Amino acid sequence: MALYSEKVMDHFRHPRNVGIIEDADGIGEVGNAKCGDIMKMYLKIEDDVISDVKFETFGCGSAIASSSMATELIKGKPVSDAMQLTNQAVAEALDGLPDYKMHCSVLAEEAIQNALDDYYRKHPEKKIK
Amino acid sequence: MMIYADNAATTRMSPAAIKAMTACMEEQYGNPSSLYTLGQNAREVLEQARADIARVINADPKEIYFTSGGSEADNQAICSAAANGKRNGKTHIISTAFEHHAVLHTLKKLEKEGFTVTLLDVHEDGLVRPEELKAAIREDTCLVTVMYANNEIGTIQPVAEIGAICKERGIPFHTDAVQAVGHLPIDVKAQQIDLLSASAHKFHGPKGIGFLYARKGFRLTNLIEGGAQERGKRAGTENVPAVVGMAEALKEISGKMSDNTARLTVLRDRLIAGLKEIPHGALNGDAHRRLPGNVNFCFEGIEGESLLLLLDDRGICASSGSACTSGSLDPSHVLLAIGRVHDVAHGSLRLSLSEENTPEDVEYIIRNVKEVVAYLRSFSPVWRDLMSGKKSFIL
Repeated sequence: MALYSEKVMDHFRHPRNVGIIEDADGIGEVGNAKCGDIMKMYLKIEDDVISDVKFETFGCGSAIASSSMATELIKGKPVSDAMQLTNQAVAEALDGLPDYKMHCSVLAEEAIQNALDDYYRKHPEKKIK
Repeated sequence: MMIYADNAATTRMSPAAIKAMTACMEEQYGNPSSLYTLGQNAREVLEQARADIARVINADPKEIYFTSGGSEADNQAICSAAANGKRNGKTHIISTAFEHHAVLHTLKKLEKEGFTVTLLDVHEDGLVRPEELKAAIREDTCLVTVMYANNEIGTIQPVAEIGAICKERGIPFHTDAVQAVGHLPIDVKAQQIDLLSASAHKFHGPKGIGFLYARKGFRLTNLIEGGAQERGKRAGTENVPAVVGMAEALKEISGKMSDNTARLTVLRDRLIAGLKEIPHGALNGDAHRRLPGNVNFCFEGIEGESLLLLLDDRGICASSGSACTSGSLDPSHVLLAIGRVHDVAHGSLRLSLSEENTPEDVEYIIRNVKEVVAYLRSFSPVWRDLMSGKKSFIL
């Protein structure tokens, strides 16, 4: 019996979009080291589309996999789609997470929301009316 | 390829123990309580096992009670001492902050029943100070329970000194020796131990069996009612094959204890030296007063579960005290007890070697832990903040 699904292990072993974006348009960071999970998301946004996304994560296997999957789900998508990303969508795309690891998918959702908030703070003119 | 380096969790069974158990199941299948020959044959192997086990810790066979394992033995020892204390109006218990949960949770239960518990500090080195134990003793202290060697960081407590203090003050002394039996020389008489818990699967015996040593004259409370087995203190038909396997494994490992210790100490110290080369890491617990096979490190900027999963991919079985591996939000209470803050306690790694590990295993572990820690740090936002000076290093 494996701890995680094959999908989780794949994203954990080969995380997509790892790294940072030096001239990011929005940066989001959630979690804290005390709890053992920190996710940082970097967004590059062009013409209301997520043209690039990178992440860095300190955390367990499902935290790394959730970050990786979340970046895959929003990359190349309109900002309005990224706004709608839910933790359930991240968990489902990973073929599920153990109950006590669902908070990892919540962190991924929050990290993206946080980065989008940062983007709108820096570009108030882009805020959807 | 697999390197098993989690012997503090459990051990591979001794082939001699398996053989003894198989023979027992095939031949001595009688109930030891039956009066016919088949039953009495089972009784005989059971009592032989009891005598073999008693000899290893210098106890009398009548002082050995078979249990389902270390946790049951801990529960029975502590609850018995508490019941005896209560009868005499004594309701204070002394223990340590880094005991196994089988002890700590039992103490929590007793607190709800009106007992007061003092948990001794184990300091940064993971060692109890006998003078602090002395100072903590009260008129109403009915039990001192201090583990022999810690299960996570392997530190060996000054058991004989604690025993002497307890003896002088007339207080029963229990030690959870689950990590020590078969690995360290134990003499319950010389060390003045009144109660001792042990578990077979930590010394290459089967799971689900252990024993409680209780000094003659100590009144035990039975946790399980329903029969006269174990002199009325633990009902239920004895698990004869498991007891036989436990005795066989214990005899075997005890016979080569000094050789094992000498070999393992070299491997352990090489492993410690190799892992010390990783920057911003630290050994947990005293470097010398620790179990011969125990290595426990914290590495800053990474989390333990991802470390374990990647080591598993490389064939290394290890464990961690991170919150994610404990299934709770807090990291290991042991690491917190020795003063590690949450941030670094999440990045802990325990490697517990056995006499089956080789110098090649150790070099392989060192190389791979180095690589995996460096890899995880390469995309850790915590590590980035530490390296850029945004946060200060703790280790």
